[in-house]
Amino acid sequence: MRRIGIDVGGTNTDAVLIEEGKVAGAVKAPTSEDVTAGILDSLKTLAATGVLKGKKIDGVMIGTTHFINAVVQRRHLTKVAALRLGMPASASLPPFCDWPEDLANLVRGGVWMVEGGHEYDGRPFMPLDEAAVSRAAQEMKAQGLKSVGISSIFSPLDPSHEKRAAELVSAVIPDAVITCSSDLGRIGLLERENAGLLNAALADLSRDTIAAFEKAIRDSGIAAPLFITQNDGTVAEASQARRLPVYSFASGATNSMRGAAYLSGLSDAMVIDVGGTTTDVGQLKHGFPREANSVVKVGGVRTLFRMPDLLSIGLGGGSHVELEPLKVGPVSVGYRLLRDGIAFGGKQLTTTDIAIASDVLKLGDKKKVAHLGTAVCKKVFDEAARMAEEAIDRMKTEAGDVPLIAVGGGAFLIPEKLPGVSKVIHVRHGDCANAVGAAIAQVSGECDQIFKDLSRTEALSAAQGIANDRAVAAGAERKSLQTIESEDMPLAYLPGNSVRVRVRVVGDVAGA
Amino acid sequence: MRLRELSLDDIESLAVGAWVLGTGGGGNPYLPLLNMRALYRDGHRVQLMDSGDLADDDCVGTVANMGAPLVGQERLTDSLTLARAVTRMEEHLGRKFRALMSMEIGGANGVRPFMAAAHLNRPVVDSDTMGRAYPEAQMTSVAVGGLTPYPLTAVDVRGFESIVHKVPTWKWTERVARKICVEYGSVAATCQPPRTGAEVKKWGIHGTTTKAINIGAAVRAAQRKHEDPVAAILSVESGKLLYRGKVIDVARRVTEGYLRGVVRFDGIDEFRGVGAHINFQNEWIVAYRDGQPLAMTPDLICVLDTVSGEAVGSETVRYGQRVTIIALPPPAVFLTPKGLEHVGPRAFGYDLEFRSVFSQ
Repeated sequence: MRRIGIDVGGTNTDAVLIEEGKVAGAVKAPTSEDVTAGILDSLKTLAATGVLKGKKIDGVMIGTTHFINAVVQRRHLTKVAALRLGMPASASLPPFCDWPEDLANLVRGGVWMVEGGHEYDGRPFMPLDEAAVSRAAQEMKAQGLKSVGISSIFSPLDPSHEKRAAELVSAVIPDAVITCSSDLGRIGLLERENAGLLNAALADLSRDTIAAFEKAIRDSGIAAPLFITQNDGTVAEASQARRLPVYSFASGATNSMRGAAYLSGLSDAMVIDVGGTTTDVGQLKHGFPREANSVVKVGGVRTLFRMPDLLSIGLGGGSHVELEPLKVGPVSVGYRLLRDGIAFGGKQLTTTDIAIASDVLKLGDKKKVAHLGTAVCKKVFDEAARMAEEAIDRMKTEAGDVPLIAVGGGAFLIPEKLPGVSKVIHVRHGDCANAVGAAIAQVSGECDQIFKDLSRTEALSAAQGIANDRAVAAGAERKSLQTIESEDMPLAYLPGNSVRVRVRVVGDVAGA
Repeated sequence: MRLRELSLDDIESLAVGAWVLGTGGGGNPYLPLLNMRALYRDGHRVQLMDSGDLADDDCVGTVANMGAPLVGQERLTDSLTLARAVTRMEEHLGRKFRALMSMEIGGANGVRPFMAAAHLNRPVVDSDTMGRAYPEAQMTSVAVGGLTPYPLTAVDVRGFESIVHKVPTWKWTERVARKICVEYGSVAATCQPPRTGAEVKKWGIHGTTTKAINIGAAVRAAQRKHEDPVAAILSVESGKLLYRGKVIDVARRVTEGYLRGVVRFDGIDEFRGVGAHINFQNEWIVAYRDGQPLAMTPDLICVLDTVSGEAVGSETVRYGQRVTIIALPPPAVFLTPKGLEHVGPRAFGYDLEFRSVFSQ
């Protein structure tokens, strides 16, 4: 297996080649305004090292923060028609009802609510009002809306009304890009609908970005399929990622944790990813990040995305350092480190200057930081260690000492010994952990629905079958599938042994 | 007559405080809160009334949703349907309610009466019948008081309307209404058996909406100032901090239609090395520390997110969450022998003599 992993970060675009389970090459190139150029640069730099020569590449896996940044920064968003099936229920809480006003104003192209939807046990709640759907589609067409988000009550259980409505809308607007909320999983109408509407709002950006990624790979002369990394440490084929861009929202943090697992060979450990401005602390379980407990807000919108549970603190390689009284971070020089840091002729004392003064890093001009004595440097390192220790303690879920993997460009701030940590592991290529995580990503499938009148074992096995089929449909090799999460929740008050089951499986990319 | 108009900020606080008083159950009040925001945006306002201002022969409507919280996440509570449950009862009785009231201040039902009140332009009495959340209809102060357990109206958003005209006991109210609710799709808007002003004054648990608002306001203020929100709750309520820890295991199962199970914790900070667990039946029922009973119903056991101070529910509690457990004092009506018969540990199948953390 030979894969290229690319992390398109705010400062650098990193590329690594993983070959037969080893990092065969790793390079960094500055991220460009036009993403294509940065990716092309990094691929060319990687090729220039000679590691790619004449070899067949099985896949290029790209991790990007493009889509979440578009939502957070309110840029490149498409106007969306929201169509909800479920009247007369939920009428007082229409689509967009809990969105921040500025984002709603940008995205809300129109709201249509018609009869339809299902009950918790699969009975129809109301028959689908097909005539009303077609009328709504005519109105969308008249308004020039082409991106449509369709939601329906209990559609994770029975998506048939959403699928039928999508056909009816397509019949009126043949080039409509339609997101059905059932493609985004979970129970929770508003949150699922929100995810669908955000996804629909990214329709144009997603089409253009994925096309730019594909062009960059083509232009570099590499003949390999493109995959986009997802929030949960897995990948989706380019075509699916184009359809469901919201699933790649949090892939950066996930990739660095998965990369840490891979580089260290550990599957259960704490991970500390020290970047330029912030440090993320998370926990690996079975080689994947532990997920956040509940509702995740993206750009102020409540969603049910699978996101890693991370604690971020303002500590990094670019953190401002004040000596009297001692303070490290949270302000950082960020991407201006090589200009503003004292060792680089600038005026701002940073943690990187401290590392250069104490010979931890060989960078810049050491003479410029020679005035920083050993005692001063030790104080700063101790403060950084204290901040890291506190963050780790807050994220730990077990009482004993745990191993800690330190990655990221600022990992030099993490000492070899920390209280509450059995051992600190610094790994080779740890500064490219993101790109490594992208390169080793797998394919997943998930099932989250209610089963009735089945024993617990039968329900779990039915859910597993559905999740397996979904993973295979997403490009996984069936024989490599593994269940990494299995959760069942009996439903209070519901009759007939109703149980909600959530199963997630992962596997290697087919043909890899 | 003293009526107090609630601001939207009060209602935001009410939602946070009602979730704390939900003691693990009752459903998250987020969706009712969204409804209230929309109603206030449209110009509706609600007013809070002191129970002391009711005339003895006033008629009071008790509003609540029945059903599975999960269904409520898909079929979102509609304010007009709740209002219809109330007017349906008025049609049945042939008289108008002077005011509305909560059945259950804990959880989403702590906010729902205001959704009906906004449409019907009726004040809401600052009292309820549980002072928290409980899973069954006979676990109320009015059931402890032996008040009439009928009639009850149950309305579905599609226009179905049912009336439980007569039943002999509160257990039967629960059984028959539950059956209707399940047929509707496991969610129904209900108007509970009507009460007279005199009954509310004698058997209501008073000041609970104000209590929820105060708790919520304390949590929200602490969040804004980055202070300890749990300490903020304990500064407005005479509660006790019992434990701080992380969730290390959650086991859930359904028996007799309820969500039951155990959550296990490992201590942190000053509780490092101390184990704890809580048994639940929708709500937190008995908490144990190193195997010994620490707190039990009817004391309110509240599991809070240590960082945000917001409540954690038995349906959503998950591995790894960092929580603080506190106890709040129970309503006096549940401390009588009759009250303990309805809601003490034995009512939930525990062979334990009730011992309050507040009498130790």
